[in-house]
Amino acid sequence: MSSTELRRTALDATHRALGATMTDFAGWDMPLRYDSERDEHVAVRTRAGLFDLSHMGEITVTGPQAADLLNYALVGNIGSVKPGRARYTMICREDGGILDDLIVYRLGEAEAASSHYMVVANASNAQVVLDALTERAAGFDAEVRDDRDAYALLAVQGPESPAIVKSLTDADLDGLKYYAGLPGTVAGVPALIARTGYTGEDGFELFVKPEHAVELWQALTEAGEGAGLVPCGLSCRDTLRLEAGMPLYGHELTTELTPFDAGLGRVVKFEKEGDFVGRAALTEAASRAEQNPPRVLVGLVAEGRRVPRAGYRVVAGGEVIGEVTSGAPSPTLGKPIAMAYVDPAHAVPGTEGVGVDIRGSHEPYEVVALPFYKRQK
Amino acid sequence: MSNPQQLRYSKEHEWLSAAEDGASTVGITEHAANALGDVVFVQLPEVGDSVTAGETCGELESTKSVSDLYSPVSGEVTEVNEDVVNDPSLVNSAPFEGGWLFKVRITDEPADLLSADEYTAFTAG
Repeated sequence: MSSTELRRTALDATHRALGATMTDFAGWDMPLRYDSERDEHVAVRTRAGLFDLSHMGEITVTGPQAADLLNYALVGNIGSVKPGRARYTMICREDGGILDDLIVYRLGEAEAASSHYMVVANASNAQVVLDALTERAAGFDAEVRDDRDAYALLAVQGPESPAIVKSLTDADLDGLKYYAGLPGTVAGVPALIARTGYTGEDGFELFVKPEHAVELWQALTEAGEGAGLVPCGLSCRDTLRLEAGMPLYGHELTTELTPFDAGLGRVVKFEKEGDFVGRAALTEAASRAEQNPPRVLVGLVAEGRRVPRAGYRVVAGGEVIGEVTSGAPSPTLGKPIAMAYVDPAHAVPGTEGVGVDIRGSHEPYEVVALPFYKRQK
Repeated sequence: MSNPQQLRYSKEHEWLSAAEDGASTVGITEHAANALGDVVFVQLPEVGDSVTAGETCGELESTKSVSDLYSPVSGEVTEVNEDVVNDPSLVNSAPFEGGWLFKVRITDEPADLLSADEYTAFTAG
């Protein structure tokens, strides 16, 4: 194994001490699981889980025209994001193809002359996003800064996470809404506390300096001990987001698809002021999608026990009618589940006769609406 | 992780017991089970099937992937472990015991099966 070239997070020694199985994820040596990924999944659904997500790519955008730059470079209306709030958005190519999906956090004060945003990209796309933002910044009075090494990112997810984080901070967590973030101190460590996540549960993502990561991890571990918090790897993160119907870049989202093809046309804000990269192509894609509906992203639930995987064909009446983008055994449903793009004629929940070609055998699947799992609030 | 001394091992990470009443037991090693993660589905050969050394005879599905099951020897399947079909997590919790997969009456076996120490060295490399 050529693990020498892999990047390691500030928590690397902690993961090894915990006996984690590590994996190469987008060039990072990351914990896949510590023990049973199913137990980790269940812990997040019922108690709490602690994740190291330091591979995520942070890019800081500042300056008097930071909002204008982001409005031009991304498909969302970033100018409407209030200080302390976050927005799910995408960055597209000129031809409308999705380069990445992103969360943009607006930091700083409303009245400040220079605004301040943090763009969080997927690890696999961070360089692409950084390059695109840098290129698109030409002519704007704004600075794009590579802050990938400036942050470690720890996530606490699950129904017990508010109580656990609250025990370590004076920050007003009750006032912190979903998709909001505020600067604060957690266990004595300065942090950007964000109420975001990728699990379908309530939870927090804590952006801290790498030199504080181990200290914060240990404090969270101790604070969560009584509540049943366990360390969690990327394997359960994938099954958690799949149950929650959340797309993963490289699976549900690719450069071959526009947001309209992915059923996420709502993230494209044509009504915002000024031009933005991809506007013309996306306008066309939107009307194309209306006149001639593309394949629809649906959920599939297995009747048997064999697990569909990305790339497997979805079939009906002997014809290929779609393709699986993600699949896994669902710990919550106790059955294999998948997300798949299928022809609109077969996309209605309850459609009969749909199967997945699992290595030559057509296994029956039920078409369901996404998500598979929604937490009770 | 220790590999039982009385077993022999294939480079595809199956273990093989000495024959008892004419049949040897086959399973996958703890090393393989750990690498797979939580096993959720096991497809085994059927009783009476002929299996061939080094060829696939079933599959093991885990959260992240599906893997072929290889027979370490050639012969006839005399028994399969229905418990592991009903509860595939036995492969993870007891790979050398309750998580065994099938029994085979050996007609031929390859010359390159490994001892426990050789297999331990093989997986350490």
